[in-house]
Amino acid sequence: MYRVLKATQLADRVFQMWVFAPHVAHHAKAGQFLIVRVNESGERIPLTISAVDGDAVRIIFMAVGKTTELLSSLRPGDMIRDIAGPLGRPSEIATYGTCVIIGGGVGIASAPIIAKAAKAAGNYVIGIIGARNSGLLILEDEMRACCDELFVATDDGSKGIHGFAADVLKAEMEKRTIDCVWIIGPAIMMKVTSGVTKKSNIKTFVSLNPIMVDGTGMCGSCRVQVAGRTRFACVDGPEFDAHQVDFDLLMQRGRTYQPEEHEALEHYHEHSCSCKGGI
Amino acid sequence: MEDRAAGQRVHDFFEVSSGLSPDEALFEAERCLQCKKPKCVNGCPVGIDIPSFIAEIALGNFRKAAEIIKADNMLPAICGRVCPQETQCEGQCVLSGKEKPISIGSLERFIADWERAHGTSVPDSQPPTGRHVAVIGSGPAGLTAAAELSRLGHRVTLFESLHEAGGVLMYGIPEFRLPKEIVRAEVEQVLAMGVEIRLNHLAGRSITVPELMKFDAVFLATGAGLPNFMGIPGEQLNGVYSANEFLTRVNFMHADQFPGYDTPVKRGSRVVVAGGGNVAMDAARVARRLGAKVTLVYRRREEDLPARANEVIHAREEGVEILSCANPIRIVGDTGVTGVECVRMEMCALDETGRPSARPLDGMTFTIDADMFIEAVGQGPNPLLISEIKGIEREKAGNVAVDAEGRTSVPRIFAAGDVATGAATVILAMGTAKEAARSIDRMLKEE
Ligand SMILES: Cc1cc2nc3c(=O)[nH]c(=O)nc-3n(C[C@H](O)[C@H](O)[C@H](O)COP(=O)(O)OP(=O)(O)OC[C@H]3O[C@@H](n4cnc5c(N)ncnc54)[C@H](O)[C@@H]3O)c2cc1C
Ligand SMILES: Cc1cc2nc3c(=O)[nH]c(=O)nc-3n(C[C@H](O)[C@H](O)[C@H](O)COP(=O)(O)OP(=O)(O)OC[C@H]3O[C@@H](n4cnc5c(N)ncnc54)[C@H](O)[C@@H]3O)c2cc1C
Ligand code: FES
Repeated sequence: MYRVLKATQLADRVFQMWVFAPHVAHHAKAGQFLIVRVNESGERIPLTISAVDGDAVRIIFMAVGKTTELLSSLRPGDMIRDIAGPLGRPSEIATYGTCVIIGGGVGIASAPIIAKAAKAAGNYVIGIIGARNSGLLILEDEMRACCDELFVATDDGSKGIHGFAADVLKAEMEKRTIDCVWIIGPAIMMKVTSGVTKKSNIKTFVSLNPIMVDGTGMCGSCRVQVAGRTRFACVDGPEFDAHQVDFDLLMQRGRTYQPEEHEALEHYHEHSCSCKGGI
Repeated sequence: MEDRAAGQRVHDFFEVSSGLSPDEALFEAERCLQCKKPKCVNGCPVGIDIPSFIAEIALGNFRKAAEIIKADNMLPAICGRVCPQETQCEGQCVLSGKEKPISIGSLERFIADWERAHGTSVPDSQPPTGRHVAVIGSGPAGLTAAAELSRLGHRVTLFESLHEAGGVLMYGIPEFRLPKEIVRAEVEQVLAMGVEIRLNHLAGRSITVPELMKFDAVFLATGAGLPNFMGIPGEQLNGVYSANEFLTRVNFMHADQFPGYDTPVKRGSRVVVAGGGNVAMDAARVARRLGAKVTLVYRRREEDLPARANEVIHAREEGVEILSCANPIRIVGDTGVTGVECVRMEMCALDETGRPSARPLDGMTFTIDADMFIEAVGQGPNPLLISEIKGIEREKAGNVAVDAEGRTSVPRIFAAGDVATGAATVILAMGTAKEAARSIDRMLKEE
């Protein structure tokens, strides 16, 4: 059992939580994730490790379905049944020169830890964070503190630059040499944004979010196609060379359980009246 | 002992067979000829003193029978249910030719179940040696090693990446063949010996190799959990599963009880399973229980099916259609599966295992309508931890190379079970684990 230490809401439906998990905290590196199973009947879901402090790790998640909603109902002192990690390969941090770290939506959760690691490796770090609107923007201050420069963009122009992260990236690429880019966000956003660096052949990483079960390489649920080869995102990734990823397939497989996800949430809402969390 | 009617059991996950009653056990035990040179013992990878325990049953001394079995096998309730007895002890029984061989597996199961119902005792351990061994993986190999090392007085910490111990016994073999309560009870017995367990710890990540090397010895029992894919077109379609994923979702995450449990699984109406081993049979029978019409496609002849004989019989009784001498070559569909294209296979010369090699017959293809496809075409060792250990030798198939005592090429690191042998059986995992545990003990006591 793993204790929730802090729980706060960061934005519309976006929550931040610190949990006590020394085995994860002591070994976690930028780009890795953990797997949570909230209770005995729970699903195992992957979440990025977005910060580490002593024995605790931070997760940031958007309440989009049954498990993330249940998680968002937990308060400090509550227990999470299982936390496994750190999982996946760490980001390939090296001294590239100028790096751009792009976070889109809840994907911004992964950005600061990568930005810090890139900075510590001697890179000049530019951050770009984007969201649909200002109400969904998270971690702006934290990113400002660890990047050399930070750009903020919203789809509706309610904050920062009116447009997509891809537009900001394009503009910066015209102004200077960029050596390496990380893009973390929804699959469609990663697909579009990595298209921008493809022509100039800039090294670009994306962090893929396929459906996982164990997260240790024993089921193949998380398989993705990279450079025409089947790879398991949980052990070979989650970061891959963006220009080699089959994003359409990633999105197609992500929809496998759409009807069931809907059913699970309905079931949860029906049963989560007075009894807390419907557990 | 009777199997529940197939028409009834395809609708639930309760155990297929109820096991022997005490009277039936006595009757069966009395059939044993008590051979002077018992061949059955040679057929048992852990060398249980079979005639002696059967003699105790015949006398009604069930507790004594249990002691005899447990001197060589800590997990009898499991082995009595899942061992391929027909190729092991029962295959060697001298009664095989004349009448039926003694049902040694059923007797083993009977005794283990009787003991569990009447209270088990924790075996005595030797005085603490002050040495500390890390065991990685809590499948049959890891559990056996942990119990044996603990009995020999060593402190044991068992690391398991999943949220519950048991390995394939928990996530792979379905409830109707091996009730999870039994696995839990046997795991509890191992823990009661003082073994500490760390769940949710993926060795190589949650604890690094240098950290592991601080233990006096490291025991790798990480199994062969990495599923092979066939590499045929259409494998990325929604509704294509590895048997490991399908079985894990149902057995370990209880997707059959969705939405009561949160993990979903697709419920196909027509499912094709590729493969012919225990894993394929389990996947097929689970799919049947989820309501599908199931066709199992196997590339060789029926008599070559590597699954336990009993599982093939049960699968067929439950309405699994077995299509032999055929192999899937393409999964048809747009985003989901709509069919599986197969090719007829021709049988060629017999290989050293006595099975024919199979070759596709050009142009002889046909398509089976299906909305789900499950691949059960073998597993290999998960390279995650092994690849982090510098200098550890591996064989071609990826399994860790060990000598007869379970030593790897790296000092202080031992390995047993599927990670060393390649995907094999529960009893072999236990047998090799016991050897390797004893060799660790010798090393630690010589120092
Ligand atoms: C490596 C990795 C890191 C991730 N990091 C974060 C993060 O930091 N913050 C965050 O909010 N989300 C993250 N996700 C996505 C997160 O796992 C899903 O949002 C979560 O599983 C949804 O579960 P649910 O029951 O609440 O929603 P559901 O209703 O079950 O599903 C909603 C959406 O989540 C996806 N999803 C469902 N189950 C899984 C699963 N077992 N594994 C992966 N995706 C699934 C579905 O495709 C669907 O689109 C990450 C995913 C991966 C693979
Ligand atoms: C579906 C199925 C049905 C089967 N049916 C039969 C049968 O009827 N009869 C029979 O005799 N055999 C059967 N087998 C084979 C048998 O189950 C295996 O041979 C046996 O379980 C191997 O035991 P093991 O301890 O070596 O590995 P496993 O049982 O695979 O256990 C390995 C454990 O190690 C854990 N692990 C892996 N890597 C790490 C890591 N880095 N850190 C921490 N933990 C880790 C895994 O999570 C797992 O729990 C079947 C196998 C399957 C898959
Ligand atoms: S999640 Fe099972 S192999 Fe990656």
